[in-house]
Amino acid sequence: MSAITPSVSPLEKLRSLRSLTGPRRILLHTLLIGVALVMLYPLLWMLSSSLKPDTEIFTHPGLIPNKLHPRNYSEGWSGSGNSFSLYITNSLIVTIGAVIGNVISCSLAAYAFARFEFRGKKIWFGLMLGTIMLPVQAVLIPQYTIFYNLTWINTFLPLIVPKFLATDAFFIFLMVQFIRSIPRELDQAAMMDGANPLQIYWKIILPLMKPALVTTTIFTFVWTYDDFLHQLVYLQQNARFTVPLGLTLFLDKTSGSSYGAMFAMSALALAPTLICFFVFQKRLVEGLATTGMKG
Amino acid sequence: MTTAKTDGAAGEGPAAPASPAGPRERARLRRRAARRRGGGWWPYAFLAPWFVGLFGLTIYPMLDSLYLSFTDFDLLTPARWIGGQNYTHMFSDDPVFWDSVHATLLYVLVSVPLKLALALGVAILLNRPLKGIGVYRAAFYLPSLLGGAVAIAIVWRQVFGGDGLFNDFLGWFGVKGQDWISSPDTSIYTLILLAVWQFGTPMVIFLAGLKQLPRDVYEAAAIDGAGTLTRFFRITLPLLTPIVFFNLVLQVIDGFKTFTPAYVVSNGTGGPLNSTMLYSLYLYKKGFTDLQMGYASALAWVLFLVIAGFTAVNFVASRYWVHYDD
Repeated sequence: MSAITPSVSPLEKLRSLRSLTGPRRILLHTLLIGVALVMLYPLLWMLSSSLKPDTEIFTHPGLIPNKLHPRNYSEGWSGSGNSFSLYITNSLIVTIGAVIGNVISCSLAAYAFARFEFRGKKIWFGLMLGTIMLPVQAVLIPQYTIFYNLTWINTFLPLIVPKFLATDAFFIFLMVQFIRSIPRELDQAAMMDGANPLQIYWKIILPLMKPALVTTTIFTFVWTYDDFLHQLVYLQQNARFTVPLGLTLFLDKTSGSSYGAMFAMSALALAPTLICFFVFQKRLVEGLATTGMKG
Repeated sequence: MTTAKTDGAAGEGPAAPASPAGPRERARLRRRAARRRGGGWWPYAFLAPWFVGLFGLTIYPMLDSLYLSFTDFDLLTPARWIGGQNYTHMFSDDPVFWDSVHATLLYVLVSVPLKLALALGVAILLNRPLKGIGVYRAAFYLPSLLGGAVAIAIVWRQVFGGDGLFNDFLGWFGVKGQDWISSPDTSIYTLILLAVWQFGTPMVIFLAGLKQLPRDVYEAAAIDGAGTLTRFFRITLPLLTPIVFFNLVLQVIDGFKTFTPAYVVSNGTGGPLNSTMLYSLYLYKKGFTDLQMGYASALAWVLFLVIAGFTAVNFVASRYWVHYDD
């Protein structure tokens, strides 16, 4: 049908539909900028509030502080029971452990699913997909009792060890899709040269799937860092608290006097995610579009 | 190298002449290749960590929580079998359970359609050759990435507080605000707004779908003189239904699991008057604050069945409105 070139005028019409001109283009930009401002305003407000003295936060609603008040940051940093540096260290231990675990265990499983035929593969694969939809709440309590019996409560182990067991099946799925796009001929050539599957995985597949590994790293980092529920359940001692738990301490004691410090620490808590976002922005959004990722 | 399964290996002896590959030869070669891909125990070795996780941290816990849901269990003393009491108590005389069901259904049923509509609308606006499209996409996606963070929930609490940002905004129009967080009529809507604010993920997925729509259909429609609305309802929307469906399923599941904002905004109480007692928050309180782990397990199983039910209904209903080409 498209082989027959249609007369010129409808095509021109279509082109004029797609690339807007003049006032319609300006209208569209205005609309989009408006939406973008609404989207980003709460973040800007938090940032500006973190730089205002407490007395000014609610009486002086403008975005630009009358005068900068960076003391909020130093006060917040040492503010809630422990120094914030402890919470950040704890968060880093948890997130880095989780990233390493997910990258190793999920890539191993994905390689098996993408490259081997074995009995019951379809059933196992289906089960794996099913676990993506399983709500964490459904297994939270038995998992808690398992870790309780192992005396792992108040350690970082319940937050890290499951990642080494490929429980984030979503990433297995993502990597399977990626490995399928790597030509099998590469594996076969290596096999002819006498490489075993472990060597093929390590020397061929893993280096070639770097984009998928980067996506996994970013999202594991962000989601683990923000995974409030599990941290709340497993970490009960102040000295083990992570950044999100440290932040909630501010809520308990806000007597109306430490809003500035609270906003300052909230802004700091978002910093790792924001840095991640701005560095990998393009890859994040593209990767999301092609794989259809959850929020 | 690969010690493939050796059953039936008699046929593939050394006498496999490569010369005139007849159909039987080829079939045999294909079988051999398949067996090599099988790789004997190799796939199981690669899957070993996942198997441990699947059985140890998913299947066993699922069954265990099913068992626990029929017990009285406080973690410290052994679980005591009480039959279906947890379930009958839940449905017949636990008003807080019904409060949480009410809050959660309201939350899911209002936030998901709004979120998807906004995501689709903005995606269509962005599906034009436009300067700075990358910046827009980033700006719209950013809140989704930050969404689960406690910091955002804290900000939300302040934005909708008595002297927060939202009331300042209303003030410009001469509307006198109120404390939206501490009023039981409006508190849940602040959480809904937070969810809608995070429309970036479905938006990006819609955008990817829009890019794949066949141009020739639009060309044909243009020739027929179809207007913007006609094109949207007759072409774009029907062709996009698989992606609408995909986003719908994901967002509904996500909505039922929401925990962090409800916890933070209400300071862990689910108040005022249980109006923000999302189901996950109630489950957490029962299990980890009141140490009623048997009851919480029953709640968990109900949640699991409800999510599975909603997903199944979505799949069945999709037959009537989702169009797959060919």
